[in-house]
Parts: sequence; C-alpha cells; structure tokens
Amino acid sequence: MTWSQMQPLLEQACWDTLYMVGWSTLIAVVGGLPLGVLLVLTDRGELLQNVVVNKVIGQVVNVARSMPFIILMVALMTFTRWITGTTIGREAAIVPLAIGAIPFFARLVETAVREVDHGLVEAVQAMGGNTWTIVRKVLVPESLPSLIASTTTTIVALIGYSAMAGTVGAGGLGDIAIRYGYQRFETELMWITVAILAVVISLIQFAGDYAARGLHRRSGRSGPAPKLRLLKVKEPATADTGKAA
Amino acid sequence: MITTSGLTKVYRSRGREVTALDGVDLHVREGEVYGVIGQSGAGKSSLIRCVNLLERPTAGTVTVAGRDLTALAGRGPRAGRELRAARSRIGMVFQHFNLLSSRTVQDNVELPLEILGRSGKERSRKALELLDLVGLADHAKAYPAQLSGGQKQRVGIARALAGDPKVLLSDEATSALDPETTRSILHLLRDLNQQLGLTVLLITHEMDVVKSVCDSAALMEQGRIVESGTVSELLATPGSELAAALFPVGGNTSGDDSTVIDVTFHGEAATQPVVSQLARTYNIDISILGAAIDTVAGKQIGRMRVELPGRYEDNVVPIGFLREQGLQIDVLGRAQEPALVKKGAAE
Repeated sequence: MTWSQMQPLLEQACWDTLYMVGWSTLIAVVGGLPLGVLLVLTDRGELLQNVVVNKVIGQVVNVARSMPFIILMVALMTFTRWITGTTIGREAAIVPLAIGAIPFFARLVETAVREVDHGLVEAVQAMGGNTWTIVRKVLVPESLPSLIASTTTTIVALIGYSAMAGTVGAGGLGDIAIRYGYQRFETELMWITVAILAVVISLIQFAGDYAARGLHRRSGRSGPAPKLRLLKVKEPATADTGKAA
Repeated sequence: MITTSGLTKVYRSRGREVTALDGVDLHVREGEVYGVIGQSGAGKSSLIRCVNLLERPTAGTVTVAGRDLTALAGRGPRAGRELRAARSRIGMVFQHFNLLSSRTVQDNVELPLEILGRSGKERSRKALELLDLVGLADHAKAYPAQLSGGQKQRVGIARALAGDPKVLLSDEATSALDPETTRSILHLLRDLNQQLGLTVLLITHEMDVVKSVCDSAALMEQGRIVESGTVSELLATPGSELAAALFPVGGNTSGDDSTVIDVTFHGEAATQPVVSQLARTYNIDISILGAAIDTVAGKQIGRMRVELPGRYEDNVVPIGFLREQGLQIDVLGRAQEPALVKKGAAE
C-alpha cells in the first residue's frame, strides 16, 4: 500500500475518531458530572443523604462499567436506533461510547469531588448557602483540576473504546489498524496508525496535564497528582488495545 | 445575644451513644467577647457548631439575636430558607480558615455577598472595604495559598464580616497559628468587637486566648459547663478552676507541717504591704513560693503563693487577717486542687 493510498484513509480515520470521541466526551461530561456529584451528595452524612438513591445510582454505574464495551454496543442497539435512527456509522457509535463513558466519568468525578475539604462545605453552609450554591461555588470549582484530569483520562479511554466502534462501521483510527493493518497484513499501515494514536493521546494527555497544572499553579496548590504520570506510561498499552480488539 | 438552654447533642454510631453536649445553658450578652475553654473532647466544638445549627442539637434550644434557630431548622440535614437567612447574619471563622483555594482573596470575601444576591459592584466595594479593615487591602488579588496563616485567618474574618453580622463565632480560630500571629488575630477580634459592637463567641483550648480578649468565659468538661461568668467574677470566686488556670502560680510545699495559701490581689489591695504586715503582726515566717502580676481582661491582678508554718488550724487567725484586708485567699489542699492548675504548673 502506497502512502498516497494510505493518506486519505488515515485522514478520514482521524476525523472519524475525533468526531466520535469529541461528541461522546461531551455527552459523558454533561451526563457524568451531575451523576458523580449526586453520588457524593446522596452518600451517608452528606447534604442530600439518601441511601436508596445512592445505592441505585451506585449499582447502575457498577453494572454499566463492568460490561465489556463491545457487548454494551450490541446491547444498546435498539436504544441507538431509537436515538439516531440507525445502528451503523459514526453517529450510531457515539451512543454506546457516551453511555459507556458516563459511569466511568461519574466515578472519577465522585473521587475528585470527595477530595474537596469538608470544611469548605461547612463554611458555605455557615454563610447561608444552599446545596446548589455549594455544588456550584465549592465542589465543582475546587475540584476543577482533578475534573480536568478525569476528563483527560476519559478521552484517552474513549479513544481506546472507539477502536471497537469499527464493528458498527463507524471507522476511526483503531478500525483502520484492525481492518487494514491486522486483518489484511498491512503491517506498515498498522504501525503508522498506532503511531498516530500514540501521538494523539500524548497530545491530549499533555494538554490535560497542562490545563490541570495551570489551575493548580494559579491557586498555588501542590503540583498535579502523580497518577497523571502513571497514566502516561499506559499510552502504548491503550494503542495496543486498539490493535488487538 | 446568644442563649442556649438545655442544649444536648448525642452522636449515635453503630449502636453506641456519645453525649457531646449534656444540657448546656449558655448566655452571651450583646457586645461581649465570650470564651468557652476546655480540653479536646469536652464538647466545645459541638457547642459552637450547634449555635448556627451546622450540627443539629438532639434537644434544647438556641436563640441568636432573639430568634429561636432551633425552631427554624427543618428535619433532615438540609437547611431551610429561614435558617439560611439567619445563618447569613452570623459570621463564623474556622481553625483551618476554610478559604476556597480556587478563588482570590477578594472573591473569597465576596462569596457570602454572592449568596446574599448583592450586585457585583456592591460586592467588590464591600470586599475591599473589609480587606482594608483587616489590613489586607494590598492582597486582594492574591490566592489563599500565597498567604501566611495569619493572613489567611484575616481573610476568614473579613469573609465572616461580609454579611454585616451581629454575632461572630470563632471555632479555634487561632489554634493553627503561632503565638505572635495569635496575638495579632486576637487583637483584631478585640478591635472588631469594640468598633463594630460585634458579639463574639469563641472556643479555644488556650488559656491565653481567654486571658487576652474575653470579657466572660466558661469552662467545659465532658459536655457540661462547669464554671462560667465574667472574668473578674471568676477571679473573685474562691476555688475557681478557671481563675486558677487563667492565672496560675507555681511553687510546691516544702513539708507536711505547713499551710500553703494563694493570695489574690485585686485593684487597691495590690498596693498594701500585706506580707510584711502579716509577718510583723503575728510574728511568723512566711516563705513566698511563687508570685505573678498580670493583666487579665484589661485589669491588673496579682497572685502570690505563700507558705505559712504549721497546719491550717494554727493559721486560721493570720488567714482571717488577710481576708480582712480585702484579699482573696485560697487555701491549698483544703479544697481539691483543680486539674488545670496541675497542668499549668507542669508546663
């Protein structure tokens, strides 16, 4: 396969990946953020303590997270058709990607929000602030660097998942690596794809780290959590997942 | 200004009950600085947190500025609109400052005003005014992490004052600060109390705090208030643990066959040469074990621990003489020696 043959293929694949991951991240953040906050708020001893709601959300999140993505995609087909009118293509892939990422992101949000010093919540309560004020002015802004790091992690995970979206004809970099590189023995193309994925993920991780660290530095807090470093080491692994799936 | 009656707080966890407050009756007058002192676990924190209902009392009532707050509290941990409105008129400062690290100093001070729904212009005017009052006008754009502990607490105080409260609650506000900074923060609280007529309820485990700023004090032990009153009343109360702790005198007895007494001088009595008079009149040898003069609640006060030869029964007359001179006499070993004195002496 010559470069002139590969180029349009790769270009289209890049766009497909960005399109899918972009939309599904947006939906995951919009859906996962309130869910994660709710997981914290409804917990025992918290502002909206509600054991039933907490347990139900927690269980739903656990079940959704334990489902392998490819099975989730199949299981959601009826729902996907209802939303997008089709089960094939980029739009159809966004639905399971987003739904798979919402509980993932929600757990990360939960962890990030739990880290917020309870004293700050009390201070705002003592000022006469209500729960909504506490969420808006304390929980979210105070955990913002962690939330950005969580979003980065989610994007990286979604790029990995999106490789499987090829099975519903959604295209994308992972799909190219599997179909052309792995199944048609175009080893060169496969490695180029993997390299592009590695670069894309590095860039995203770098941008995420930079933003999170920027916020940390502005408010003069200690540097970014070491987990970001650990995640970086995993990058080739994520690309490999794309290949193997 | 602040009245609690029969305030009781019981924590339940895993079937065990812990009584943090056991029927606390507290009365803080308008415009005074009231200190509640006690060791950790005595219930001070629960008490102050019950005053603005951050903690729901199990029983009893809290009245602040004539409003029964316990009646405003609904069921469950959420605060209703009326309780929130009442809280916005009670300022609170915390041991660990509790400033939002994502906001600048000025934005931190503006936060209560945002909650009150004030306009942006009014907020920034008020915030800058308050920062000026606490001496941090030139740090408005800094982030809390760039400030020292004392500066952070000043921001905390400015923030607590944003809603023009009549009452300020201070939850161990100086406990995380060094002695020098503690003094300056206490000085600030004193100034605010005098300038703004602010009623301050503070809790602390440091006797120095009570000594330097409080008009009144209460001693808490195991969820109960065991002593309370104005500082001068307390000092005039024989056998008062708080008085002894506020103003400890060291020195131990040399033998069994002697009587040790604490002599407390107030005001004019301090100028009389009582010891030499005593020695001359009764022809006894007096050894001074310890003595100190200090300013408590803005008043000069002296205290001396002296040893008289012979048992208490032999010294009834000289002690009577000292009492006649208007001195306050506490005979050691007669009443139980309070724990706080021992602690104070050991340090």
